[in-house]
Amino acid sequence: MAHDTTTGHHESAVKRIWTVFAILSVVTIVEVALGIIRPAFLEHTSFLAMKLLNWIFIILTLYKAYYITWAFMHMEHETKGLRRAVVWTALFLITYLIFILLTEGDYIYEVYKNGQVAWDF
Amino acid sequence: MEATVVRTGTEGKTWGGGNQPLKASYGKMMMWFFILSDALTFSGFLAAYGFSRFKFIDSWPIADNVFTHFPFLHGVDAPMYYVAFMTFILIFSSVTMVLAVDAGHYMKQSKVILYLFLTIVGGFIFVGSQAWEWTNFIKGEYGAVLTKGGNVLQFVDGEGERVSINDLGVEIPGGVAEHERQNGIWFDTGETTNSFSLEEVMTGFKANEDVFVKTQVNKEDGTKTILSREESLNKLEKEGVGIVEGANLQHNEYGAPLFADFFFFITGFHGFHVFSGVMINIVIFFNVIIGTYERRGSYEMVEKVALYWHFVDLVWVFVFTFFYLV
Repeated sequence: MAHDTTTGHHESAVKRIWTVFAILSVVTIVEVALGIIRPAFLEHTSFLAMKLLNWIFIILTLYKAYYITWAFMHMEHETKGLRRAVVWTALFLITYLIFILLTEGDYIYEVYKNGQVAWDF
Repeated sequence: MEATVVRTGTEGKTWGGGNQPLKASYGKMMMWFFILSDALTFSGFLAAYGFSRFKFIDSWPIADNVFTHFPFLHGVDAPMYYVAFMTFILIFSSVTMVLAVDAGHYMKQSKVILYLFLTIVGGFIFVGSQAWEWTNFIKGEYGAVLTKGGNVLQFVDGEGERVSINDLGVEIPGGVAEHERQNGIWFDTGETTNSFSLEEVMTGFKANEDVFVKTQVNKEDGTKTILSREESLNKLEKEGVGIVEGANLQHNEYGAPLFADFFFFITGFHGFHVFSGVMINIVIFFNVIIGTYERRGSYEMVEKVALYWHFVDLVWVFVFTFFYLV
């Protein structure tokens, strides 16, 4: 990326940093507030085998991760090739790993629960 | 002599060599790929945590009941506040870091020094906070009874407030005595003893009608099951084998020992990253002060360590979610 030496560009870069900081702070405050209040209807609604509240936490986390990577780590200024080499690789492998491990974990839970062997004696 | 230059016919093309197709320097690109592999390592740990949690989904500890301390607020139930504070410290040190990078683009040495300094201070506060969090977790607060099956039984009063075994236990003369230096000729260390033995806690429990057992079993509404007086007594007598105070790699008064194992391992590994990040930042900080990058004409080195520092923040965002929120 070319570094513009005009002050106009500099000010907008600094402004973007503070904007992103504000976004990250607000999202964190929302997360903490939800974590303390734990609204009953979000806690009791289940969506795709998980509480709605947990889905909200995970989505907000990914939203924060996007801003940290794109704005703070300047991923938005990197070339398409570098960006995809890093982001797509990570996304694919992590999603796959989470999928197989959580499926397996749930299976073992079922075995413990319904199997004939007592494990809590 | 004949020249041995290989001509490939790709000269001048994007990937023909001699230029930077990804428009990033070698160092920066390698920092990105290091971060990618480190991200996969952390994902492996967090996914393993998720695996164990799904395995014990109906008895996993609830973070809000575990991390309830805040400095100077003794005995006040303050879940999440402290860890939220830690998150803000780390986000803010990321902001000062990106400001340092920005100042570096304009070769403003004094500003880079100031912002890097603030980043280092933030890093130290975070590592210190984590040490404090660990101390509380290791020390424990209320204690619990260990069962034969390796579970824990905690105590609550009629309102559902936790009761400490220290308030419950009744000293029985001639019970557990700690082996002390004055009693032995060859004294290395005594066995660590709990504040009260199981027998003493049982005596206290029988004498106190307003105390109930809280098991690890999660109810539908996301709280733990509390037994009736009769069931409590029955369960304690049938299954209790000992007392657990605090958490370590074998026992955990808050619930599944695996929870403690993963907590120590993942936050420990992250804390180690923060610590090494602070060390690297300090090296770069002194390089900036003695003017290395001023002479080099570029502050790209600051950008590279900044990438690492932001990554540490990025990991924390996920650790925060999966250990404290979900």
